[in-house]
Amino acid sequence: MRLDAILRVVVKLMLPFMLLFALYVQFHGELGPGGGFQAGVIAAGMVILYALIFGVREAKRLVPQKLVERLVPLGVLIYLGTGLVAMLLGGNYLDYSTLAHDSRHGQEYGIMAVELGVLITVSSSMLAIFYAFVERGR
Amino acid sequence: MAGIEGRIVETFINAVLLTLLAVVTIAIARQRNLFGVVILAGIYSFLMASVLIVLDAVDVAMTEASVGAGVSTVFMLGALHLTRTLEQRPHYSALVPLLVSAGVAAALIWGTIGLPPFGTPDAVIHKHVAPVYLADSLKDTMVPNVVTSTLASYRGYDTLGETTVVFTAAMGVMLLLRGRRKTGKGAGAQEGKGEQL
Repeated sequence: MRLDAILRVVVKLMLPFMLLFALYVQFHGELGPGGGFQAGVIAAGMVILYALIFGVREAKRLVPQKLVERLVPLGVLIYLGTGLVAMLLGGNYLDYSTLAHDSRHGQEYGIMAVELGVLITVSSSMLAIFYAFVERGR
Repeated sequence: MAGIEGRIVETFINAVLLTLLAVVTIAIARQRNLFGVVILAGIYSFLMASVLIVLDAVDVAMTEASVGAGVSTVFMLGALHLTRTLEQRPHYSALVPLLVSAGVAAALIWGTIGLPPFGTPDAVIHKHVAPVYLADSLKDTMVPNVVTSTLASYRGYDTLGETTVVFTAAMGVMLLLRGRRKTGKGAGAQEGKGEQL
């Protein structure tokens, strides 16, 4: 896939900022707008943009399809697991108060873990759907 | 924005955005080239994201811009790659669908008459659990953004459900589109048929 140089150079310059913005949205979700879902879509959007400009083969070298498809259930499992750990530590399911000595810290850790799960499932789902469409089109 | 000037500017922005939304919707309905429809749908999502920013729903606007205008446009283009790009003319007359949509629209507009005015603090929805979340979020969770604490903690079950929906969607697409493996029985023959189409 050979496209004109301007597109390739500009996209290459944009990619790190897109990834940084995704991470910002993820870890700044406590204070600003956004969270796991938005960050996941932006991160997946970065890889999809890379695939559109540099070709799907290059994108699969960067983020292998097998890895993506294994990450889809992992995020849900992290979410479910956080709830189960909270329950095993003596609380209610998905009540994070028991995750730390202080219930407020427990809530904070729980929210972070859950948002991580959302990030992983959303970003890998978007990429898995994209890869599935591209693969079928060949 | 404060004062009467701010309200005039906001009304003006809303009027422009909603007019553009209506124009894009009519263009989508009249467009037969599906490539054009996909691009117009992306424009629609972007306008919708702007409307949501005016409504101060920044989280939803972010989602609409990234999913609606960004990723789903790429998915639709990917789907177009697998099918024809020109919509066929329908065999039936447009009269019955027109009547149905006019009826639904009339029912929806009639329904909005019963709603409390936009932004009223004493509407029913603002008097149930919302005040508790707003007052206790920082105390309970140390998370200043109430949207995050509500989604991830107070309403953790709902978000778990949403995550499962995304997971299910990915699984569904993968099952439908990645079904044909070369290792399976008779997969080679089917693969050949697919190539010819």
